[in-house]
Amino acid sequence: MESLTNRKKVVEQKPMTFLERIYLPAIFQGLGITMKHFFRKKATIQYPDVKREFSTNFRGIHSLKRDEEGRERCTACGLCALSCPAEAITMIAAERKPGEEALYREEKYAATYEINMLRCIFCGFCEEACPKEAIYLDGDIPPANFDRDNFIYGKDKLVEPIHKK
Amino acid sequence: MELSIIIEKFLLITVVLVVSLVVAMYMTLVERRFAAFFQDRLGPNRAGPWGILQPLADGVKLFTKEEILPANANKLLFIVGPSLAMFTATIGSAVIPWGRDLVLGDRVISLQVADINIGLLYIFGVVSLGVYGMMIGGWASNNKYSLMGAIRAASQSISYEIAMGLAIIAILMVTGTLSLRGIVEGQSSSLMGISGLGWNVFYQPVAFLIYLICMFAECNRTPFDLPECESELVAGYHTEHSSMKLGFYLFAEYINMFVSSAVVSALFFGGYNFPGQDALAASGVHANIITIIGLAAFFLKIAFFLFLFVWVRWTIPRFRYDQLMRLGWNMLVPLAIANIGITGVVMYLTGHIK
Ligand code: SF4
Ligand code: SF4
Repeated sequence: MESLTNRKKVVEQKPMTFLERIYLPAIFQGLGITMKHFFRKKATIQYPDVKREFSTNFRGIHSLKRDEEGRERCTACGLCALSCPAEAITMIAAERKPGEEALYREEKYAATYEINMLRCIFCGFCEEACPKEAIYLDGDIPPANFDRDNFIYGKDKLVEPIHKK
Repeated sequence: MELSIIIEKFLLITVVLVVSLVVAMYMTLVERRFAAFFQDRLGPNRAGPWGILQPLADGVKLFTKEEILPANANKLLFIVGPSLAMFTATIGSAVIPWGRDLVLGDRVISLQVADINIGLLYIFGVVSLGVYGMMIGGWASNNKYSLMGAIRAASQSISYEIAMGLAIIAILMVTGTLSLRGIVEGQSSSLMGISGLGWNVFYQPVAFLIYLICMFAECNRTPFDLPECESELVAGYHTEHSSMKLGFYLFAEYINMFVSSAVVSALFFGGYNFPGQDALAASGVHANIITIIGLAAFFLKIAFFLFLFVWVRWTIPRFRYDQLMRLGWNMLVPLAIANIGITGVVMYLTGHIK
């Protein structure tokens, strides 16, 4: 039969030579290999004592950022929710009242903003879609929990604490 | 006089028993740690410094686990099985000469529990008794898979015992004695001008290789661990055993390793002989000190073989059952017989036999 690709390999089944059949040379070779690993540097990290550093492009829990004056940057435009392939983000927008200028940067803000961490696949599209640089996935690994409800992160968990000046 | 000999032997037996139990206990830790090292991990190192309390934790765990006696098991045999495995593992050490005689004043203390002149036959008897522990354990569980595991174990043990015995015959031809002390003493001669290096392994390398392979098989260690491989072949003969009864089986395996390491060191690696011992004796060092160095040398050799057990276990994959049988019957047995023949011819040509 004509092969569909040029990657086809014919499997050869040569009878084993005597040296191969008595296994011993192969066994000694194997012993040498494992011995080398015996003295290698170990890859283990003593986990609870030492934590491994995340790589620079690690994506963890989302956080909603504030600007330099401590105002929430998010303007509830919904672009993150729209770009989210897992449909993990929901929000309700509200209008800024007079006197709240110190709290929200734009006239519109997210009254509730929830991310369902069980749905989120940490693709980072929300971060990419946001026009206001309001959301970043720069947190830790979401901690385990016994209740599904606790995996819906509201603004209490997402918004950065106000910087102490 | 009689009483002092009894006390002396009793002490010696206690020491040997305690040493082999402690070695077996810590071999579990060493095995796990070294296994980790071979795989670029660290292994259990949390309980105490370097994890030295881990065996105690394991012991407590095994003792406090629930005892399960299967409803249809033969209650008596179910308990006898692990006990027998443990018993046969420990009695093997009785004929091993641990060192030369210690001289304290006018008392000569022999560092061997029983110097019987058929020591080697005794070892073989004990080794073949070990099959009963597995077989009874598998049978008493009243579980088809355990029974199959037990049969696997028994047939493997019996097959490799034959090759082992044949390999030993070549050694017997060279040494001319069945007493283990005699065999060890016979290796105190010198090789290439170095005294205490006349080890049998240099005269009988093939017998050593065969013996080593059979030893691994008798101890049910990888690559011959089909009788009790835990995960892939339904644990084996101890499937139904739980808590310390299982612990006994596992423990017996480690004691077996220790005893067979001692036997192979005595048979092929000169036992308590060490290179340069005659020069040391000639330079006026006290005989007791040489005895103690010899004892240390012996334990060093044992340690090497224990390490070899671990090393091989984490290198080689398990044999398939037909490969295992082919290796035993088609390769090792003929090789051992050929070795006997060649040994005889060489001994005749060099004038050892008339
Ligand atoms: S990281 Fe991806 S899946 Fe998670 S909320 Fe953002 S867009 Fe949705
Ligand atoms: S894209 Fe940015 S600004 Fe728009 S709703 Fe999402 S977080 Fe808020």
